[in-house]
Formats: sequence, C-alpha cells, structure tokens
Amino acid sequence: MSTGSVQARPELHDTILYLDGVSVSFDGFKALDDLSFYVEVGELRAVIGPNGAGKTTMMDVVTGKTRPDRGRVEFNGGTDLTQLDEAAIANLGIGRKFQKPTVFEEHTVFDNLELALAGNRSVFGSLFARLRAGARERIEQVLEITALASHRTRRAGDLSHGQKQWLEIGMLLMQDPELLLVDEPAAGMTDEETEQTAALLTRIAGTRSVVVVEHDMAFVRGLDCRVTVLHEGAVLAEGTLDAVQNDARVVEVYLGR
Amino acid sequence: MPVRSVLVDLLAGNRGGQILLAVLLAAAVAVPVSNLLLPADSALHVPTYVVSLMGKYLTFALLALSVDLIWGYAGVLSLGHGAFFALGGYAMGMYMMRQIGERGVYGHPVLPDFMVFLDWQELPWYWHGFDWFPFALVMALLVPGALALVFGWFAFRSRVTGVYLSIITQAMTFALMLAFFRNDMGFGGNNGLTDFKDLLGFSLQADSTRVALFCASAVAVAAAYLLCRFVVRSRAGRVLVAVRDAEARVRFLGYRVEHYKLFVFVLSAMLAGLAGALYVPQVGIINPSEFAPAASIEIVVWVAVGGRGSLYGAVLGAILVNYAKTVFTGVLPDMWLFVLGGLFIAVTLFLPKGIVGTVPVFNRAGARRWPRRRRSPEPAP
Repeated sequence: MSTGSVQARPELHDTILYLDGVSVSFDGFKALDDLSFYVEVGELRAVIGPNGAGKTTMMDVVTGKTRPDRGRVEFNGGTDLTQLDEAAIANLGIGRKFQKPTVFEEHTVFDNLELALAGNRSVFGSLFARLRAGARERIEQVLEITALASHRTRRAGDLSHGQKQWLEIGMLLMQDPELLLVDEPAAGMTDEETEQTAALLTRIAGTRSVVVVEHDMAFVRGLDCRVTVLHEGAVLAEGTLDAVQNDARVVEVYLGR
Repeated sequence: MPVRSVLVDLLAGNRGGQILLAVLLAAAVAVPVSNLLLPADSALHVPTYVVSLMGKYLTFALLALSVDLIWGYAGVLSLGHGAFFALGGYAMGMYMMRQIGERGVYGHPVLPDFMVFLDWQELPWYWHGFDWFPFALVMALLVPGALALVFGWFAFRSRVTGVYLSIITQAMTFALMLAFFRNDMGFGGNNGLTDFKDLLGFSLQADSTRVALFCASAVAVAAAYLLCRFVVRSRAGRVLVAVRDAEARVRFLGYRVEHYKLFVFVLSAMLAGLAGALYVPQVGIINPSEFAPAASIEIVVWVAVGGRGSLYGAVLGAILVNYAKTVFTGVLPDMWLFVLGGLFIAVTLFLPKGIVGTVPVFNRAGARRWPRRRRSPEPAP
C-alpha cells in the first residue's frame, strides 16, 4: 500500500467503498449531512473526528444497521448497500468490529472462530455442517496471527480485554471480508496491546481494505495511512495525518481543543 | 451404521443425558412389568392411576424440553408455549371425540355431543379428517408448527425481542383462550373436549392402554431429548447460543438471525404440540384453561427450577415441580400458586443455574453451557 497514490479521484474499479451524499437524521439531529468519501481497494484508512461527528453512524450505514434518508453507498463498483440488510452486506464481504469487543462469551475461542468462518450461513447448512480439514487449518492460522493459539479451548468470556479485541479481529479474518470496518480498536488497551493491534491491522491491510475509526492519535500515527476527518456529519479534511493536523479548520474543531 | 456413532456422539461426556436416557429406558420396561404382570397386592405393583400420573409428568417434561430449547439456547423467552401444547391436545382430542361415534349421550353417529346440544346440523369443515388417527397426529404437530411459523415470522422479522416478545406470546395464548371459550368456535367452548372412550380401538380405561401411553410418553421424551441435543450440538445450535449472547455480532457475521429463531421456534412449538397430544388421552380432557397465560408461565418456572440451557435440567424441573404440585394441591390446595411463585423467586435468587447447575453430578456437562456469571438477556416473568 502506498500513501502517495491516493490524491486523485480513482477510477471506479479501484474503489471498494463509495459514499455519495449520504444523510441520516435522528429526530431532527443530522448525524450524517451529505457525507461523501471513497476508499480504495487495499487501502488502510483512518477516520477521526470529535464525538458526535458521525463516525459510528457512518459504519452503521455501511453495514446496514441504519438506513440513510438520502444518498448511495456503493460497494465494489456498483452494489448499493442501502437496499440490503446486515446479513446480506456481511455476506458480500464487509466485516465489522465493534467498539466494545463483542465475542461469543459462552463459546470457546476456537468455536468463535469457527462460527465466523466464511461458508454456508443457512439454518439447514449449519445444522449438518462438519468442520473440514481446510477450515481447521484456516482456524489454526488465525489463532497464530492473533496470538491466541494457546487459548483455543478457553471460554471467550474469560479472555482479557485485549485478547477479546484480537479474537474479534480474528473472527473478521475468518469471515475473509474484502472490506473491514474497525471501530476504536485501541480503546481500553495498554500501550503494548495498542502497538500490537496497530501492527496487526497494518498487516491485514494490503490484502484487503480497512477503515479504522479511532480517537487515539498515537495509534493513528502508528497506522501511517491516509486520514479522513469528520465533523458534524461531513468530511472536514482529508490527507496524511501531518497534513490534517496542520489544517486550520481541523485544529479549530478537533485537535486544538 | 452411523446411527450408533451419532448416539455415542450425542451422549459422550454428557452425564445428565446418560442418566436421563437410562432412567427413561428403565421406566419404560419396569412400569409395564410392574403394573401388568405383578399382582395388585404386591409391594412392587404400580397402580394404574400412578402410571397415568407419571405419564402426565412425562408430557410436561417434553413441554419443558421444548421451552428450554428456545429459551435456554436461543434466549427467546416464550410465554406462550401453553398454546402450542393445547393445540396439539385439541388435535388429539378431536380424534378421540370422533372415535366416540354413537356411544355419545345423544347417540349421533357423526356429531360430538356438544354439537348436537348446540343444535348443529353438520360437522364443521375443520373437523373433517380427524376420524383418521395419522391425520390427527400430523395435525397435532402441524397446527402448532404453522402458528409458530406465522407468529414467529412477523415477530422475528420485525426484531421483536426480550420482554416485548414475551408479552406478545402471552397475548397470543390469551387470545386463543378467549377464542376457544366461544361455543361458535366448534371446540366445545368452556367444557372443551372430554368423555373420550378409546384410542386406536383400545379402551382408555384399560390398564394396558394406560401403560402403553406412559411408554409412548417416555419414548417421546427420549427421542425429543436426542433431537434437541443434536440441534444444540450442531453449528446451528452454537449460532443460537451466539444469538442469545450477542445478537448483533451474529448478524454482522452474515447469519440471518430471524431464520435461526424461526427454525427453533417452530421446532419447539411442534414438540410442545406432541406433548399436548400425549397429555390429553392420559388426563381425559382438554379445555381452554390450557391456554391460560399463567399455564405458560408455569412451564418457564419448571425450566428455571431444573436449570435452563441443559435440556435434561428442564425434564428434571418439570417432573419435580409437578410432583410437588400434586402433593401440595392435595394438602393445601389454595396455597399452590404462592408456593410456585415463592419457588421461582427462590430459584432466581439462590439457584440461578437451577438444580442441575448446583448438583455436582451434572456439573461437568452442565456448567459449560450455562454461564457462571449470569448475564440475563431476558427479564424474569
């Protein structure tokens, strides 16, 4: 991934995600106000902004949890996500990580990964599903990547906060999405865990596109990627972290406080 | 044959399930021998009324199993399962009504007594076919299943969850109760269906018929247990537990949560219908009081007492609570509802995992399925 090549509006086939004039309001409050931006294939993108800037609403719209009042959300050159529900969008290849680590606490680490495994999601398919050797291997790989190999039989609810975050990222890897949306992965982590998480995400990007919403500036710097600043539901600035940090408007609404 | 390995797979490391099946098998052998072969004055003779009482408990156990499947695993607290049970019971009752024939009080060859009494001239269309046992049995499963399918489709598609779902299931069973109370419905109104004579040509008064019904109930509980165990151990079962604990996460993994809930709700309703169909010939009556909202709440109490989310716990809870009910209603009939309420409060406060979560014999297998630290997604009724 190179950060220098994203200055011009790319051709459509290079775009994994394209939000076009998306507006959402809740009881008169405009959470998203004519928001437009795009993410390239294979890009790692950080989205920052003060509280209430619309970061989480933007993720809700992309993943089908919230239907926008206006605008289109195009995925992978044309599919309009605003017409689909969460499951359909997930099966198109969009994974989402919640702000609070959300894993299946009563299941083992291994079972959590197995449930996330890309495959037949129908009731009858999963009623008679058997774990194939290839799938088992894939789970083992992800256990290695997320440093959870020695915890595979533990109940996920017994993991530490950081381990739960990694397990959730591991589940997203099992899902094998083309686009990953990650909401504040560094929240509540120790410095060391934060560093490892940044490395993990950087490693994942390149093979797939990743959008990270984050508050933690040190973490964003660690990602070393293009940054989009949201403010009042619209894009305020976009560019390298240094560039946006020197933008007068950004300083005023966000960084300068 | 892979059937054997499937059985081994379902019971391996599952102490509670092994005990349950062994007890059911032993009862299905010992009770007939004791009742039919031993003389009445023998100390080991089981009187027929006890056989039917135990048979009734087993149908309640089957009903509790169906509630545990949906509540314990999918986290959907249905407070309307009494409706599915009653519908299954009515289907079987309709068959037995048709079997009475000319032996009724009015001696009408086709119409049941209550229809003659209401001066009806012909059999309502929905009573046709019920003189044929296989049809009635299929209806005992299909009618509850169809109701669950329609009701669940609307409820789960609209994402009605938690206490709201519980309330609308109560409303469903209450509405059915009011409808079945009406004479115009053609189900015997207030009195329901009763005065049954025989089943498949065997007199319901005969000891051997009673024993056969008991054995059928034991076999049904065992088969239903294995079926439920198969479901909860499959990947689909693990999806259900995942839905119970983090529904949104399951959606974002690409599973259609409403399909999973609907599947398990329909399966559960059909099991409840089967329980009702086995219950009615053993107690000899079915009337709209089975639809009472309180009856459905009682089922949930059985499951909570036994231990939610282990399947065999539900069976144990249903049998123990109903045995206690038999004893109490004999001694202090007016106190039973207070005892039941007190029991539920006590279990919620002191035994959140129910009996099976507390007795060490069950713990090894039981503890894995039910949280140590209970995070209750559903409020108590």
